[in-house]
Formats: sequence, C-alpha cells, structure tokens
Amino acid sequence: MKALEVKDITKKYGGLKVLRHLSLSVAPGERRAIIGPNGAGKTTLFNTITGLSKPDSGKIYIFGKNVTRLSAYHRARLGLSRTFQRNNLFFNLTLLDNINLALHVNRSPQKARDFLQHWGLYHRKNVKVKELSYGEQRQVELLLALVQSPRLMLLDEPTAGISQGESRVITRMIQGLPREVTVIIIEHDMEVVFNLADRITVLNRGQILYEGTAAEVRTHPAVKEIYLGSAGEEGP
Amino acid sequence: MKLTEKIDFYQKPRDFWRGLITLILILTPLGINSYGLSLLTQVLIFGILAMSLDILIGYTGLVSFNHATFFGVSAYTTGILFYCGWKNFWLTLGAGIAVSTALAILLGLVVLRSSGPYFLMITLAFGQMIFALAWRWRSLTGGDDGLPGISRPDLGLPVSMENNISFYYLVLVFFLATLFALWKFVHSPLGMSVVGVRESESRMQALGYNTFGLKLAAYALAAAVSGLAGVLYVYFTGFISPQELNWTMSGLIILMVIIGGAGTLVGPVIGAAVILVLQNLISSYTDRWPLFMGILFILCVMYARNGILGYFLKLFKGGKNHEGIGS
Ligand SMILES: Nc1ncnc2c1ncn2[C@@H]1O[C@H](COP(=O)(O)OP(=O)(O)OP(=O)(O)O)[C@@H](O)[C@H]1O
Ligand SMILES: [Mg+2]
Repeated sequence: MKALEVKDITKKYGGLKVLRHLSLSVAPGERRAIIGPNGAGKTTLFNTITGLSKPDSGKIYIFGKNVTRLSAYHRARLGLSRTFQRNNLFFNLTLLDNINLALHVNRSPQKARDFLQHWGLYHRKNVKVKELSYGEQRQVELLLALVQSPRLMLLDEPTAGISQGESRVITRMIQGLPREVTVIIIEHDMEVVFNLADRITVLNRGQILYEGTAAEVRTHPAVKEIYLGSAGEEGP
Repeated sequence: MKLTEKIDFYQKPRDFWRGLITLILILTPLGINSYGLSLLTQVLIFGILAMSLDILIGYTGLVSFNHATFFGVSAYTTGILFYCGWKNFWLTLGAGIAVSTALAILLGLVVLRSSGPYFLMITLAFGQMIFALAWRWRSLTGGDDGLPGISRPDLGLPVSMENNISFYYLVLVFFLATLFALWKFVHSPLGMSVVGVRESESRMQALGYNTFGLKLAAYALAAAVSGLAGVLYVYFTGFISPQELNWTMSGLIILMVIIGGAGTLVGPVIGAAVILVLQNLISSYTDRWPLFMGILFILCVMYARNGILGYFLKLFKGGKNHEGIGS
C-alpha cells in the first residue's frame, strides 16, 4: 500500500491549466522532495492532496483510501498534515494556545507544555505568535503539523525566507522525525533537498518532468537546464 | 475581513473583572429614577443582544448583518403566541428561542458557505427578506401596525412583572446568566476552536477541525441568545413591529459591538449602554441622532480600534498576565 497515490490529476484556474494529468505515488516512510520553478504547480498539488481545493479530474488515495471526495478536515483525521508556504498560524494567540488548538484543546495541558519543552520553545510559550521572529514562526508552522503525530506530512518550503542557521534547525527537526512518517517536501534550497530526500520529483508547468534519486536528478540534463540552471546556486 | 484589532480579552480574567466593574460604574447612576430604570432595563436587553453578536463578530470572525432577524423573529413568536393566549413566560421563552435557533440553523446552512464581504451581503439579503415577509404577512404579524398590547408575562411566581422594578430584576438575572454562560463558552474547547476559525479557517481544517460545523454552532448559539433578548424586549415594550427586523436594527447592534469592543463580551454591553443613552439624550433635542452615532463610530475607528473598553483597558494596563487555554 502506498502512503500517497495521485492519479491523473488536472486542475485549472480559469483558462490556466495548473496541473495537467499529474500522477505521483509515494511509499510509506519515504522522504520525497518536489522541486520545480515558480508557478510550476507545487503548492496547488499540495492543496488538492489536502483537500483545500478540488481537482477538476483525477483521484487521490491516502494509505489506500480514496479521499478525492472527502473534505480537508476528514483527510487530516486520516493522519495527513501540512505546513503552508506563507505562515498560516493563529497569530493573535499565544504559542501555547497555538499548540493547544493543534492538539484539539487536549484535556491535559501538560502535553502542549512538554511538546514545547522538547522542541526548545517553552520559554516563548506566552508570547503571541505574531510577536515571534519570522524564523520562530517558521518553526511553529512545522510544530503545528507535527504535534498530532501524523503519518503523512506535506511541507511547503519550510525553510523559505529564513537564515542559514535557522534553516539548519528546521532541517534537523525534519531529519529527527520517526522513520515511519512519510514526508513530502517542496523546497527550493538544493542543500536541504539533498540532505533530506530519498527521491526527488521535478515538476514543471503542472507536469512531472523527471523523478529519480538525488544522484540521478543532479546529473539529469533536462532538469539541470530547467531548474538547477536557474536556481542551483542559491535558493530564493 | 478585519473590522477590529483583536485583543485576547478572554485569556485574562483580571481584565474581565475590570470590564465588569467599569460596566457597573457606568450603569449604576441610571437606576436612580423610573426613567433611568427603564433605560437601564433596555441597556441590559440590548447588552444580551450585543454580546450574542460578539460571539460571531469578535470570536468567530463572522460579520453578520442580520442579527436583528433572530431577535425580531423571537419577539414576533412571543407576540403571536400571546395573541393565541399563551401567557406563560417560560413557554413563550422556550418557543422564541427555539424558533430563532431553528431559523439560524436553516439560514446558516446557506449563508455560512460564503465568507468576508459576501457573507455580510448574503446575511443582509436574507435579513431583508424576512423583514419584508413580516411587513406583508398581515394576518400573522399585523403588518406595519405590528403587534401592540402585549402585557408583561406570568412567571408563575408571587411577584407581578407589571412592576418595573421586578421586571428589571428579571432582566438582570437573565443578563448575568448570559454573561456567565457566554464567558464559560468562550473558555470551553468549543469556544477556543471558534477563535481558531477566526484566526485561520484553512489552518483549522488542516488540523482536522470541521470548521463549517463550528461556524454553524456559533451561529446557532448567537441566534439562541438573541432570541432570549427578543422575548425580554417584547415583554418590556409590549409591542413589536417590522422595524425590529430591519437592517437598521442589525446595523445598530453591529455598532454596539464595535464601539464597545469586539471580542470582549463586556465591551459590547458598554457599547449598548453608550449608544442607548446617547440616543435617549440626543433625540430629545434633535432627530439627527444618527449623525452623532456616525461621529462616535468614526472617533472609535480613529482613536480606539479595540472599542471603548479596549481604550480603557489600555489606560490602566498593569502587568502582562497571559494564561494559556489549558491553564
Ligand atoms: N487560487 C488561485 N487562483 C488563480 N490562480 C492560481 C491560484 N493558485 C495558484 N494559481 C496559479 O497557479 C500557478 C501555480 O501556482 P502554485 O502556487 O501552485 O505554484 P508553485 O509551484 O507553488 O510556485 P512557487 O514556487 O512560487 O511557490 C501559478 O501561475 C499561480 O498564479
Ligand atoms: Mg508554492
């Protein structure tokens, strides 16, 4: 059984075909990176997988279950979690309340405290999330996706816009996830990609251009030209 | 849509008590004569109404423009039942609340599918439909004559509600019970989840929350509480007309919430007090009181984005005493 199977998905915005007959499958426990130029449709793919937007055609399976017609919250309850490219947090609430909400306001408040302790953010627990630094907010973005112990995580550019030091913190957090968790990560920073991913999928104009191991992708001529050529030196 | 800046009032019980004391200070002088007592009764009824709308605007992030619908429909239910010979307070109370809650669930299934300005417009549209219905359906509602001559209710108690002081205490009991219940609600897991929807609906969905269900629950709760206000109102004035269902009424309640301070429960009661007192004072000199209301609103937007209560809380802001949901 696959952790995720996307079958022949198409998604249009007006006249713009953002995803074209895209198929993808990811094995349980796999670390998969999705790379591709701006506007390739990476975030849109995540949105259709999580149920935030509906594909025009095609099917989506999570752990063998057809979720194409299920709403976003239903899919989340199957063990699917995600982070957002642009911070999507409960900005006017404290860090602790953010975690509490992610835990569905758990009866034992200790769990949220222990969790923050474990990730080294306990001292910030009473700070409103909008008052945290951008780098910290990026960590919280990941924590909200982590706290429910998901089976399948979709991470949308978790290190975008933060310093190298902070990026390493986040990379280590992802590396520290239990091996049985399946992780799909959209990432522009190739260092992060090569550090984390077992396999890499290259997306271009809503289609899969290439899929292979890190070593294969590094040397593939078409990939080099379309993606690495422009963004290979330093991620945005 | 962002009409107000959010203050996390609900996290700080100390601020709640400060707010309540401020409120009592504002209200006490009103009780000194019979005119003041009647105004005070009205303030408490509208306070209940404004608090219920605050659940939507301040906590759930839904700027609903037909709150008068639930208030008015419940008042009409009471009035119509009175004409049918129902004199028992508790029965009419139950009926009024039941009808407005049921209507909210039906309407909510439609209007809660849109958000932001679309939500505001579709609620306005439905509100005006029901206003027009009350206007036209003469045989049931009395049309533009309304339903006059509704007498004070029988509570099955030895005290008569014809006495304004007794009736005031009845309203006060319901007011305090509502304040307490809504305070409990916003601190409950359900109330917290509703605040999560205000902050980010998509994040809540990604966390496995049925956000539509949460919004519907908040909408139904708000309608139930405004139903309570409607029943008290019709017994207080003895009269109900389509004007109580009109958008001007809905707009007035929104002003109470925003001027007082959305997301604070107590704030909207202060808003109700300020608006009703001003309305009474100014309308005895001029019939241009809406102009003054507009000026007050502009002043609030310019100088007190968190409403009157937020303004005062900032003035005597002591130490930061944040507490988590679970603590
Ligand atoms: N809600 C929407 N309405 C209209 N067009 C959209 C919408 N969402 C995305 N698009 C368009 O779809 C295309 C793909 O967008 P998407 O966000 O999926 O790209 P991406 O691969 O994530 O890019 P980036 O690397 O910049 O994040 C873009 O051209 C974008 O403008
Ligand atoms: Mg993107």
